[in-house]
Amino acid sequence: MKQGNDKIKALEAAFPRTIPILAGFMFLGIAYGIRMSVAGFHPLYSVLMSIIIFGGSIQFVAVPMLLAPFAPLEALFMSLMINARHLFYGISMLEKYSIPSKKRLYLIFGMIDETFSINCTAEPPAGVDRGWFYFFVTLLDHSYWVIATAIGAIFGTAVSFNTKGLDFVMTALFVVIFTEQVLTEKDHLSSILGIALPLVCLLIFGGGNFLIPSMIALLAALTVAKKPIEKRGAVL
Amino acid sequence: MTKAQLLITIALFAVGTMMTRFLPFIIFPKNRTTPKFVTYLGKYLPAAVIGMLVIYCIKDVDIMSGAHGLPELISIAVIVLLHVWRRQVLLSVGVGTVLYMLLVQFVFV
Repeated sequence: MKQGNDKIKALEAAFPRTIPILAGFMFLGIAYGIRMSVAGFHPLYSVLMSIIIFGGSIQFVAVPMLLAPFAPLEALFMSLMINARHLFYGISMLEKYSIPSKKRLYLIFGMIDETFSINCTAEPPAGVDRGWFYFFVTLLDHSYWVIATAIGAIFGTAVSFNTKGLDFVMTALFVVIFTEQVLTEKDHLSSILGIALPLVCLLIFGGGNFLIPSMIALLAALTVAKKPIEKRGAVL
Repeated sequence: MTKAQLLITIALFAVGTMMTRFLPFIIFPKNRTTPKFVTYLGKYLPAAVIGMLVIYCIKDVDIMSGAHGLPELISIAVIVLLHVWRRQVLLSVGVGTVLYMLLVQFVFV
């Protein structure tokens, strides 16, 4: 019975944290389902993609590529490029996700922007099992995404209220998580670099190409700052 | 594309995506000591990555034309101020999103 209680407690702790993601995914997932249907794909394809790829940007980018002639290497390369930021999530979560068993595989599989931002910053309440908390955040986000995709793919065209701007909910969530982080951390250097360098790269390289240069710039800056940061004994 | 080609392409999108998620965990497995530099990155990178995610969200905003990014700027400023004041995640996210929707639907049309 204890095992069951642990799970319920973790689910109860995880659900409220995922509410903004529920709102965002209902919008984005439905939009994706509609996009796929309009492109002529059976809802099963949209749902399959949301289950096994589980990545917003790449799934949208994939739509025209699925309509184009067969180019498997392009598909692979595009996924690597667009999702390269996940490498940083992985490095950031090496320690937090070093939990035993099969749960870990699922956590890594489902490490999307939104799940990462919650699991990386949220402290589960005392008495709540960390592994199950991370697991339920991931599972809830994954479910929202798949369910919303199905709704969009099956009934999409019937939705008619004006949702323009609703996708901003994700930006809002990340801004809040960032603000919360700045309010709680002792050393702001990493946060400042994280805003400043990508912003400079965005201005130089433009929206389509700024992510890789940003990652390189961040790595370089943190490498240079390693000695001074550790000297100050900064604790984030 | 044939059905088989379509499914192969979809599988490759999944494989590519999963490579980016699993690679760090494969290179630095649990049972081996992670290089000090990577541990250092694991500690200080997260804060920077959340910042990068914020910039990633506004990457397609065109500051040269249209609303010049004003709806985003105003909404983000309100979210930050509201969050510093009340520290309630859902309130800040909710107010910020509704404000943005009102701005793009009624003010900066």
